[in-house]
Amino acid sequence: MTEPFTRLTAVAIPLDESNVDTDQVVPSRFSKLPIGPGHERVLFHDRRFGADGSPNEDFVFNRPDYQGAKILLARRNFGIGSSRESAAMAVWSFGLRALIAPSFGEIFFNNCFKRGVLPIKLPEGDVDKLFDYVAARPGAAITIDLPAQTVAAGPDMTYRFDIGAVQKMCLVKGFDEIALTESYGKAIADFEARYDAEFPWLRVQLGASAR
Amino acid sequence: MARTLFDKIWQRHVVTQFEGSEALIYIDRLLLHEGSNHAFRTLAAWNRPVRRPRSAIACADHYVPTVGRERGLAGFEIVANRDEIALMERNAHAHDIVLFSHDDPLQGILHVVAPELGMTLPGTVIVGGDSHTCTHGAFGAVAFGTGSSELAHILATQTLWQATPQRMRIIVDGRLGFGVSAKDLALAIIRTIGNDGGIGYFIEYAGSAVRALSMEQRMTLCNLSIEGGARGGMVAPDDTTFGYLADRPHAPKGADLEKALGFWRTLQTDDGASFDREVRIDGSRVAALASWGTNPSQVVAVDEPIPDPANEGDPVRREAMKAALAYMDLKPGMRLCDVPINCVFIGSCTNARIEDLRAAAEVARRGRAVVPAYVVPGSRSVKRQAESEGLDRIFRDAGFEWRDSGCAFCTGVNGDLVRPGERCASTSNRNYKGRQGPGSRTHLVSPATAAAAALTGHITDARRLGPAAQ
Repeated sequence: MTEPFTRLTAVAIPLDESNVDTDQVVPSRFSKLPIGPGHERVLFHDRRFGADGSPNEDFVFNRPDYQGAKILLARRNFGIGSSRESAAMAVWSFGLRALIAPSFGEIFFNNCFKRGVLPIKLPEGDVDKLFDYVAARPGAAITIDLPAQTVAAGPDMTYRFDIGAVQKMCLVKGFDEIALTESYGKAIADFEARYDAEFPWLRVQLGASAR
Repeated sequence: MARTLFDKIWQRHVVTQFEGSEALIYIDRLLLHEGSNHAFRTLAAWNRPVRRPRSAIACADHYVPTVGRERGLAGFEIVANRDEIALMERNAHAHDIVLFSHDDPLQGILHVVAPELGMTLPGTVIVGGDSHTCTHGAFGAVAFGTGSSELAHILATQTLWQATPQRMRIIVDGRLGFGVSAKDLALAIIRTIGNDGGIGYFIEYAGSAVRALSMEQRMTLCNLSIEGGARGGMVAPDDTTFGYLADRPHAPKGADLEKALGFWRTLQTDDGASFDREVRIDGSRVAALASWGTNPSQVVAVDEPIPDPANEGDPVRREAMKAALAYMDLKPGMRLCDVPINCVFIGSCTNARIEDLRAAAEVARRGRAVVPAYVVPGSRSVKRQAESEGLDRIFRDAGFEWRDSGCAFCTGVNGDLVRPGERCASTSNRNYKGRQGPGSRTHLVSPATAAAAALTGHITDARRLGPAAQ
């Protein structure tokens, strides 16, 4: 269950790096923490904090212009690597609600929706323009309209993005897919009965005969 | 209409489709490890039972130590890891899921154990709580990793909402040269398409060089699909596949096998089927490769100069190259064969199967390790097989450490770490910053190259080592 996501106007943090993997988003030593609220401290932990726990002033997240940001701008291939969902949870816990990049690691991309975060893929040229816009106006806001599937910055820039129908509905209404899936309970049961008849060799009891 | 291998499997698993968008896919097999404890928490929060417990297996692999295992859980130095495994045992027990825990004789890395027990079968859809679940595509399965919410969804419903990916075919013509492995081929592919080239795609690997690969090598190739950005990669099943599956405990037998074979033989891409993208690679030109940077597309031949970012036209890649060179403490024009390494890791879901260990042992027998070298079999079954072949003796006599099975130095979460600033020639799959420990520097290589590096202290093309070397 997440908060409904419709329209958002908020400060965007520009993270000007490609190939940011989930181990940077949440270092693996934190991946055992039960996934839930309270992950804000671990987001980019080793980038935001020095070895003594004090904030690293050079890291863009710690600059005064970007405090209270709810949008992250990133470069190509954001969130690649490990499937840990704590990465998406940390993004949400920190207060970020949307990520904009030319491409994402696909597992991370899907995990975001489960944690109430909207990842938006835009063509690289559009992302470049958003970076330029924010660079010229540190702390400027960007507006995201999920029902209309648009990202807008200033009066002149509006970009449309694609999103899956299930992903959109779950975010806009703030509910888990499980409820939607269970409304197809009969279809699943019918499928399974047909499937088991057609592929009897798949019905093995895993484990039983290996012992 | 001509269809691809991927389409044939995917379409059979579509339960329904939502407003022409995502499909609800039926999942045949679910693969769990310690990290999947999160999924059981979600399931409990939803208050749902496991719909089909015996379609899942769980393995203790990420958090198990590779030494001191005879002492059981008491031998775990990292208490939090012990607790996670104990929790996984409780979760598996509570939900009647078959578990291969730290002390099980069949324990090993999920992506080694499921295939060797015959749980990975052609034509199935396999989902795991680990990004390298794509390994199982080697059998002609659609296999991919997910996060814990999607795992919980599968545990509860046996299904998953998924966007239909685009299809890419990578055709590798010719034959790989003597001593060139599937690891080298996979790195060559990622260098060609980029570490994001596969995003949005499911890959089919085809062509004569792929057909000639053993199942172990196909698993290595498919394992690295995600490092090229793809959700997964697959190889059409053939007699190599069916031969591997024969007599595996969970593979079909007798009349079931006859029926299964009839179906499995239809799992080929039809002539004339179209792909959204097609890439051709000449297998005979693939060299022994090693990564120099911090993503798996940043690779060179062992004796090839490291590229200069100044010559890279793409500004994003140029910046990534500069950052990688700084982190790795390397300069353009250097050759990896001239750079000393500090340690060697032979293991992981990429390269810890019996053929990998044979290839490494074949090199190890030619000399003696001059840096610490750790051999971690992918499963205890692989370990026993290797010991029955005397490979453990070869490694030990050459000064390599022979350890118990697990993910080990690939992720380091079990405590097997590469020290800050040190270089590891590693047969694993990710060379990200700090992947093998804070400040660690990883060079991805094949098992033969890793073993040769142990003998010389430099990344070395094993083919250059004479039989009487050292």
